[in-house]
Amino acid sequence: MKFAALIAAWWSTLALATAAPVSVPDTLAQRLAPCTACHGQQGRAVSGAYVPRIAGKPAGYLYEQLINFRDGRRQNATMVALLADLPDAYLREIAAHFAALDLPHAPAPAVAASPTALVRGEAIARRGDASAKLPACADCHGEQLTGALPAMPGLLGLPRDYLIAQLGAWQTGSRHATAPDCMADIARRLSPADSSAVADWLASQPVPQPMRPAARPERPAPLRCGSAGHAP
Amino acid sequence: MKLTLTVGRLFAGLALVLAGVAAAAWLWDDDIDPAALSATQPASTPEQAARGAQLALAGNCASCHTARGGQRYAGGRPIDTPFGTVVAGNLTPDPDTGLGHWTAADFWRALHHGRGKDGRRLLPAFPYTSFTQITREDSDALFAHLRSLPPVQRATTPHALRWPYGTPLAQALWRALYFKPGSTPPDPTQSAEWNRGAYLVRGLGHCAACHGARDLLGGQHAGGAMTGSHLAHGGWYAPSLTDPAEAGVGHWPLDDLVQWLRSGVTAQGTAQGPMAEVVVRSTQHLPEADLRAMAVYLRSLSPSALPAPAPAEAQATPVVDPARRQVGEKLYVDHCASCHGQQGQGAPGIYPALAGSRLVTMDDPGNLLRVITQGGFAPATAANPRPYGMPPFDLGHAELAALTTYLRSAWGHRAAPVSEVQVLTTR
Repeated sequence: MKFAALIAAWWSTLALATAAPVSVPDTLAQRLAPCTACHGQQGRAVSGAYVPRIAGKPAGYLYEQLINFRDGRRQNATMVALLADLPDAYLREIAAHFAALDLPHAPAPAVAASPTALVRGEAIARRGDASAKLPACADCHGEQLTGALPAMPGLLGLPRDYLIAQLGAWQTGSRHATAPDCMADIARRLSPADSSAVADWLASQPVPQPMRPAARPERPAPLRCGSAGHAP
Repeated sequence: MKLTLTVGRLFAGLALVLAGVAAAAWLWDDDIDPAALSATQPASTPEQAARGAQLALAGNCASCHTARGGQRYAGGRPIDTPFGTVVAGNLTPDPDTGLGHWTAADFWRALHHGRGKDGRRLLPAFPYTSFTQITREDSDALFAHLRSLPPVQRATTPHALRWPYGTPLAQALWRALYFKPGSTPPDPTQSAEWNRGAYLVRGLGHCAACHGARDLLGGQHAGGAMTGSHLAHGGWYAPSLTDPAEAGVGHWPLDDLVQWLRSGVTAQGTAQGPMAEVVVRSTQHLPEADLRAMAVYLRSLSPSALPAPAPAEAQATPVVDPARRQVGEKLYVDHCASCHGQQGQGAPGIYPALAGSRLVTMDDPGNLLRVITQGGFAPATAANPRPYGMPPFDLGHAELAALTTYLRSAWGHRAAPVSEVQVLTTR
């Protein structure tokens, strides 16, 4: 029975010698079909969904995240399985590919948030809160919150659920960055209400067009960060 | 099914303990001669360590003995088994948490006799049932390599085995049932190349650890015949290497098999799941001569020529619900055909052909379902460093059943349809 199935299959392959092989473009975009299935054609993601946009993020940041998934510092099961055993050189090439994409953003989706939360969220993002030992998001992520080269990601144009999940993952220790993990320290200083407020505000901001990371960090770093290349 | 297995294992466990009491009396001969442990050891040479490094790749030692993102050989990777989780140990020469106090004889005792430095029985997740085949010379070279590593201190993670599987008594009986130290002598009727391949496949390569059929207690009879086994780790099925309907390679050209072990990709298909890991971390690094030897041996495990096909009317054709097949065909056209082709012909070396694919037609559809839902890149090897990949497909149970049923009946395939229940139990 098993054999019969095999042989039938085998004969059909012989018959297929006539069916021309599928022609496959020798491009990185084609090789990276597993990425764009979720992150969207050209890495733009889908408005309102959980999956973050990767197009146009700093290459250093994307590379760092690919390594983090592969090596156990980030836990998304799909990403972990896809990246298992991929070599550094390929990951660097993948990061550069998506970083180089310069595509318009979709308008920010409406976020149902209270005005109080938005005021608090904006305060944290732009100015921080010294009484809670919170630096401003803008201290590292750029005056416009669009990130900074070489490795600081922008915070605008991301789904609220994704932002909340990342802050939660840092607070519970399931997301890590290269030590010293400054973002983990900051996330743990955020109360649940503050986490929610800052995610509300960031997700509801219009995205500058074009949204590009600043050429370099614009303010002095308030903490030492392994992901920014600071020594432990 | 699961419940029956659990109850079965519980009873088997109890029986194991009772029988172990009786067995303990006659367990005596599976350890090293104590004189061998106290004998002075010759110092290892750099050449020996270099050879050991090559052997360690063939044995894929670092794969289990390195945690994800952890330091190489420092241990800590959890290995799932039907009896609980076993955590691989630290092989670096750290005196407190590694092999710092071990001698070459201690190491040989571990490989050949399955016992630790203190004489305790090692858990068979460490495949000493295969490693017992390794020669003393190779064992010493491996040990010289491990001694040359930088010591890494890593707090030992305890195993998490369900009672009574980790107890010394259970281990003693398991060994009495399934383990006899010793190596298989070369077969004089076979070529030197075949014998070298047999040594690598049965010993260092420990292929039977995954491909060897196991009974309820995880034991292997008949020298670990590689007739296929379901892995607790990741839920994959390691297909039979003796059955041409699964992963027997007797009918593959030798060069193709060598190429497959080196790159993970040939026109015949792409290494998937745990085998992709083996290709990336182990076989791609092997010298050509060893790969050829392994290929020669592996080809001898299954028929070299496929029997002539029976006339179509004599073949049993499974009953396939036409409506379900139609749903599956539409899913195939919408999601799969752009890469795998309208006729399932694929793009050789890039996207595997599905027509004639044994991954598609194997009795157990588990691996096929896993590949569809998890996707993945082909193994990234020196021969294929920028692999193409397949996206994970987030399909419902009914859709997966329809799609796989279609694949298993398309293009002349006659494999049994897949039910939604099968999809549910596989995921």
